[in-house]
Amino acid sequence: MSRTLILGLALTALFVGAALLSFVWTPYDVETMSIAQRLRPPDADHLLGTDHFGRDILSMIMVGARTSIAVALVAVGIGMGLGVPLGLWAAARRSGWLDEAIMRFNDLVFAFPSLVIAILITAVFGPSAVNAIIAIGIFNIPVFARLARGAALPLWTRDFILAARVAGKSGLRISAEHILPNLANLLIVQGTIQFSLGILAEAGLSYVGLGAQPPVPSWGRMLADAQTMVALAPHVAVVPGLAIVGMVLGLNLLGDGLRDLLDPKLRVLRT
Amino acid sequence: MLRYTLTRLASLAISLLVASAVIFLVVEVAPGDPAAYMLGLNAQPDTVAALRAELGLDVSRPERYLDWLGGMLTGDFGVSYTYRTPVAQMIADRLWVSLPLALYALTLSTCIAFPAGLLAASRRGKAADIGVTAATQLGVAVPNFWFAMLLVLLFAINLGWFSAGGFPGWDDPLAALKALTLPAIALALPQAAILTRVMRSSLLDTLGEDYIRTARAKGLSRGQVLWRHALRNALIPVLTIIGLQFSFLLAGAIIIEQVFFLPGLGRLIFQAISQRDLIVVESVVMLLVFAVITVNFAVDLAYAAADPRLRTRR
Repeated sequence: MSRTLILGLALTALFVGAALLSFVWTPYDVETMSIAQRLRPPDADHLLGTDHFGRDILSMIMVGARTSIAVALVAVGIGMGLGVPLGLWAAARRSGWLDEAIMRFNDLVFAFPSLVIAILITAVFGPSAVNAIIAIGIFNIPVFARLARGAALPLWTRDFILAARVAGKSGLRISAEHILPNLANLLIVQGTIQFSLGILAEAGLSYVGLGAQPPVPSWGRMLADAQTMVALAPHVAVVPGLAIVGMVLGLNLLGDGLRDLLDPKLRVLRT
Repeated sequence: MLRYTLTRLASLAISLLVASAVIFLVVEVAPGDPAAYMLGLNAQPDTVAALRAELGLDVSRPERYLDWLGGMLTGDFGVSYTYRTPVAQMIADRLWVSLPLALYALTLSTCIAFPAGLLAASRRGKAADIGVTAATQLGVAVPNFWFAMLLVLLFAINLGWFSAGGFPGWDDPLAALKALTLPAIALALPQAAILTRVMRSSLLDTLGEDYIRTARAKGLSRGQVLWRHALRNALIPVLTIIGLQFSFLLAGAIIIEQVFFLPGLGRLIFQAISQRDLIVVESVVMLLVFAVITVNFAVDLAYAAADPRLRTRR
């Protein structure tokens, strides 16, 4: 295992672990406010300090990790769940009108940055974590569809696929039984990258008020709340940002490490 | 090239048409009648009906869509439900902040990424390369709005070199540029990290080509090969990414404007959302999507002009 992979795994495990732990234990209750304790810098009682309502920041970071991970993970699920079948379908019917239609649809979705999709959805249905998931998820669909199509097309010309076709298997079965397993590595690596982009997108959306709504803690909104207090208590702005950077960096390193591990060809090229 | 341009132009028109229909439909399913919302709870039905007629809400949906579409072609985006001023005018005012900000950030990101990518590629595997790669790894992980807050903390609050936010207007161009500097740096950093990576890997790909070896074999130095042969060929993918980044920067400016209280498109769209001024939301979103689609189109054309092989491929 490379150092990149180990560091990526460790960082990711740290945040996922904190999120899981928050279901059973946090240092303080995240909803308990205490004006007497407000804006305390990090000390022995509050390892990461307290915010403007006197809430413990470490506890909020732990519960916020839950929100970020859940939103990003479900959004990747939507992107993979819809994008991969679309891409495989397009590849199975290559150069037909269906392939063309699917790819044009992808181009169209690509023209809407996820922030713009979120703004549209929020303008219509109001802000919520679910709408943030939908916005990020929609943007993930063309990413996975293109990846799956691009990787599946050359596979269709290979002999083992020809053998499967001669054996009378349908396009659907070949896609599911022979093409998909060969794409697994690629999808895992891309999934990790989209996961990290999802964490960033969720933070951005909740920062501008389009994501999870109070009282659900989220890293982006902690930063929005901290904005007016940056001069008074810098830690309220620094800590949630570091959490985002740590989580995203961890996932990116994990993605790079997995790519090197799963794709031996690339490893040879790098040395 | 003409045939290719025409096909791409047709597909550009179709994309814009479909995008406009999607935006219109999504906004149309929004619950609530803008006229009733504007007049409040105690409005008389006939007042609401009169306002609906005035806003042009009393005609059928297809008609309204065609009106909106035709209006946009002639630069008439309709009238804001809240402010009763032409939407086109509101957008044009805000664009004077958002557009220069995006261009400023694009310039910065290019100025950082070119030397950094060049340095990393020419010192492959050495300390400089490892340093640049680590910096880009960090750069893509930092949310730009958080970086913006750190910049404010350091340069505005602690050092007092810049103001923490606000925009003085273009009457004094230097003051305006100064107000846009911190936002542009915050916006440029993640894009510069991405661009540096593309620049580095594109240069490394090019440096591995046979003609580079030939150039080295005939006696050119590493520097000469890099500047005369590799750089020019490596630039094609880099230029594509720069084109794509422009539209990302325009959309990214929406969030950064919130950090610095800049009166740009971002402020306009969030105000419009909270006031249910849907015609403004519709028009700003359409404008952003239009920018993305058109820039992609321009990039495709530039690409095809540079590489004739692409004209025959789809």
